[in-house]
Amino acid sequence: MSSDWISFDFGALIDSFWATTFDGLTLGAIYALVALGYTLVYGVLNLINFAHSEVFIAGAFAVVFFLSALGFGPSAPTLPIGMLILDLVLAGIIAMVVSGGTAVLVERIAYKPLRNRGASRLAFLISAIGMSFVLQYIFYEWRGATAEPAVTMFRPKPIFEVFGSIIDSQQLTIFIAAVVMMVCVDQIVQRTKLGRGIRAVAQDPDTATLMGVNKERIIVATFAIGGFLAGAAALFYVMRVPSGVFYMGGFILGIKAFTAAVLGGIGNVRGALLGGLLVGLIGNYGATILGDSQWTDVVIFIVLILVLMIRPNGILGSNLGEARV
Amino acid sequence: MNQMKRTSGLTVAALSVAALLAMSGCANQGSAGGGGEEGSSDRVELPVQEKLDVPEDVVKAAGDGKAKCDSKTTIAYVGAMTGPNAQLGINIYNGSQTAIDEHNAANPDCQVTFKKIDTEGDPAKATGPSAQATKEDNIIGVVGLPFSGESKATGGIFEDAGLVHISPAATNPDLSTNGWKTFFRGLGNDTVQGPALVKLVEKLEAEKTCLIEDDSDYGMGLAKVVKEKMGDKLECEDAVTTGQKDFAPTIQKIMDSKADTVIYSGYFAEGAPLDNQLVNKGFDGYFIGPDGVKDTAFVKQAGDAANNAYYTCTCVPGDLIPEFAEAFEKVSGGDAPGTYSVEGYDTMTIFLSGIDKGITDRKKMTEYVRDYNGVGYGKTYKWDDTGELEDKAVYGYKTEGDGIVSVGLIE
Amino acid sequence: MSAHSPLSSVGAKQAEAYGKLGHQRPNWYLRMKSWWNDRSRWQQWLILLIVVVLAYLLPVINPPLITTEPSNDFAISCFNMALYGLVALGLNVVVGQAGLLDLGYIGFFAVGAYTASLWTSPDSPLVHIPYLWTLPLAMIVTVVFGIALGIPTLRLRGDYLAIVTLGFGEIIRLLATIVPVLKGNTGFQNVGRPPGEIDGAPIFSASNGLPWYWFTVTFIVIVMILLGNLERSRVGRAWFAIREDEDAAEIMGVPTFRFKLAAFGTGAALGGLSGALLAGQVGFVNNQKFDVPTSILFLAAVILGGQGNKLGVVIGGAIVAYVPLRFTALGGWKFLIFGIVLVLLMIFRSQGLFGKKPKLLTYTARIRRKVKKEGPPGDDEGTPPKTAPRRGGAA
Repeated sequence: MSSDWISFDFGALIDSFWATTFDGLTLGAIYALVALGYTLVYGVLNLINFAHSEVFIAGAFAVVFFLSALGFGPSAPTLPIGMLILDLVLAGIIAMVVSGGTAVLVERIAYKPLRNRGASRLAFLISAIGMSFVLQYIFYEWRGATAEPAVTMFRPKPIFEVFGSIIDSQQLTIFIAAVVMMVCVDQIVQRTKLGRGIRAVAQDPDTATLMGVNKERIIVATFAIGGFLAGAAALFYVMRVPSGVFYMGGFILGIKAFTAAVLGGIGNVRGALLGGLLVGLIGNYGATILGDSQWTDVVIFIVLILVLMIRPNGILGSNLGEARV
Repeated sequence: MNQMKRTSGLTVAALSVAALLAMSGCANQGSAGGGGEEGSSDRVELPVQEKLDVPEDVVKAAGDGKAKCDSKTTIAYVGAMTGPNAQLGINIYNGSQTAIDEHNAANPDCQVTFKKIDTEGDPAKATGPSAQATKEDNIIGVVGLPFSGESKATGGIFEDAGLVHISPAATNPDLSTNGWKTFFRGLGNDTVQGPALVKLVEKLEAEKTCLIEDDSDYGMGLAKVVKEKMGDKLECEDAVTTGQKDFAPTIQKIMDSKADTVIYSGYFAEGAPLDNQLVNKGFDGYFIGPDGVKDTAFVKQAGDAANNAYYTCTCVPGDLIPEFAEAFEKVSGGDAPGTYSVEGYDTMTIFLSGIDKGITDRKKMTEYVRDYNGVGYGKTYKWDDTGELEDKAVYGYKTEGDGIVSVGLIE
Repeated sequence: MSAHSPLSSVGAKQAEAYGKLGHQRPNWYLRMKSWWNDRSRWQQWLILLIVVVLAYLLPVINPPLITTEPSNDFAISCFNMALYGLVALGLNVVVGQAGLLDLGYIGFFAVGAYTASLWTSPDSPLVHIPYLWTLPLAMIVTVVFGIALGIPTLRLRGDYLAIVTLGFGEIIRLLATIVPVLKGNTGFQNVGRPPGEIDGAPIFSASNGLPWYWFTVTFIVIVMILLGNLERSRVGRAWFAIREDEDAAEIMGVPTFRFKLAAFGTGAALGGLSGALLAGQVGFVNNQKFDVPTSILFLAAVILGGQGNKLGVVIGGAIVAYVPLRFTALGGWKFLIFGIVLVLLMIFRSQGLFGKKPKLLTYTARIRRKVKKEGPPGDDEGTPPKTAPRRGGAA
């Protein structure tokens, strides 16, 4: 009966602090993109879209199939750089379309009929869970339990060194692209007409309708934007974890993305960004300090509980409707 | 829908930024998107085993073709056919089905029924199917259960019913210490494979080794044996979780330790992304895994990173036995024999040979298996008192192209 | 329906739809329900008794078509159904009675299973006690866990509570992997069982589901009676008030936090009991299957049966356990179909198969109906109650 199962080694974290941080941020950026989908839908409908993880993995399947069809495979392709970029952008667009489409489909099948009937909130949750099962097992029956073969997009190359730690092309691509996209979404929500509509419906759906906002369209658009982001996340996910595409892959990542959304303050766009990055960092730091990857999720959930005890509405708290800053 | 268009426009713009960055990353290095140079490091390569000598006296399922038996006589496969760990079960099932097909085609007067009972590889679910198998009197022998957890949960049920079962895949050493008289194991356990992993490391002349284990009974059991053997010689250790796909902290640890070999004690589902991400971070040593990693799915999922992989397996390279591989592919719909397919065939063949000799009840079948001494495809099946094989052959394997080839016996 | 909840007001035709559909029930259901309510107490008991006896005899009758054989032993399947029923009964206290959304109920189930293993399995270094003692022990330990989790988290709003409980379930599962004494995937073999032998063979064994089934059904009956009494007591009324409107309840002087904690603790205890029963029957416990999807299945069982209705959720639990055991041949399709059923059920019958109207004023309701029957005929049965339960987290 050993009692050395838990030990704190802060030295390990100090030694590899920057490398751990860069990895955490990369991973966190992917979480944040998926978390945005949870947050947008929650902001507008007060509903945990449990099927969002499957929306995400649908995009990941699309990336894998599309790139395999283009001849991507186990080895990094020897394409001219322009072609590579074109292929990846195309893969991203296809993933966004597939994820966005799936999200809208989920909304039409599982939520709209319930909305029309004025069902209770729990009914929405269960319907979402049902939809999540349906999509998962469609993938299972279609592709089996084994993950898809790897499609390697490019072999990461070191770009520059910060504080003695290397940042590679993969980390940089994922992080910056994800952050740029999230800023775009934030701006869409803050500045465009669509964004005003989203915020109006989030604040008070009835008044928004009276004011001439087409609520149904806003809801569909919200699901679609969430889906687009999940599709983009899928591209980055496959880039980083080429063999993570299988029927439960979305579920595993989805739980953490959902945690991220709640941690930052669900319903809050910037909260999702913050929460995502934090979940990525906390998990990596925790695993490094405690010495085992197995601790990652434990640390994430403990931090979540602690944060919610102090700030019951998440770190940034406020919801989508009130977010004006 | 004007807003919608704007939305997608913006996101596309963002994606282009991503791509531009990818360009800058690659362009920085001069050679655009080049890869595949990893194999050029000064790694020792073990030669590929070209052929496997099938012993003259190998027992085949067909028998002499003159067997007579009751057509109700049934052998069951109890194990995973669905669920997350189904692939291993399907490999075994198809192996057994190959044996049954061969036997029934050759023996018109002895049509043995083969029954498939699904446990999903889950201990909590396995008791129902196992109890069901023991209740059907026609079933006189069982191939299964593949996993150690479910075997632990159900061994007592088979013992109570006196129904003999040969596990073609469960490797936990404790299984044979329960005093079960009906439990037999068609392969070497962890205490056989663990030392072989260490031996392989020595053969590859690796100097600094990291040991990564998963949280499965199998992975932990093997890792324990490896730790006992290697002790302080391990540069680093880490444990990962089933279902984990991103291994940044683990990889950081390995890279910091400057290890040139990683032993991954677990299954391919986590091993493949781990190896892939390791190589992406610039790791150019060996990746060594046990039979849970040795699967063509590993090679597919790890991509060309898998070129650094070696494997140990107490299993026989079925693809080196053309006649078996051919028959197997007819059953599996074109898939080549996988991990433990040969064991599925061999264990089934043992039961079939018993039936051909006129055995009709469970008690006699148990005795028959206990006293069995025969040669299967590449391995001798003869058990000691606890149900462990006496033949403890471990084969080494490595990745070659998009497949896995044998490098011969390790010992 | 709270007017503030965006969901309730989303959808242009919603108000109209609500008036029209509200809590529409099929005719047979209404007729059955009113017939049942018109029976006197002793008649209800008698009918229940027959139902219970039939329930006990289910595995013995082993009805064709319904049976899970030849892929699963029917008695063991029945045990699993009963176990899910008991789990659903416990979760119903938390979700159905007090309206707290718990996605990590599996955590309590796991704690119960591990309690039973730690104190009975030879693989455990702890002192060993007879198996039957581990049942109350498991309940006590899980209550402690429930309170430890509840105190910091029960002040959270509905959906936040959901993710926190989900996290709790995951922490328990992961700790079972990490903490060496819990033996992770290796697990505990030969977990204890109740005493008793016939001809030298133990009555309670892993291969014989029958005694285990009877044992579990007995627990279900006892728990249902106890919970029924609790429901009609001050505690039950407090839960009802909290579920309907937490703020109003608080203002009216209900110490909501304490009663929420009580619900959480009661639910936890039943989860622990179920876990200990599973550990005993299988005889082997490891970290498999204490995962989120199973937890979600538990919740689905409660919703399927109709939250708030004790008998309903037991049946819901039984169905959730039964379907995969009966239709093993369907492979992954059974879960796909299950998902479709959930969606359809929520669309067409969101209160579950056996949804329950608030029956707080049973007797008054009966009197009112009798009075009405003598008055002008009307469709009073179909009218939705004014206090339609607003399920889910209180805002």
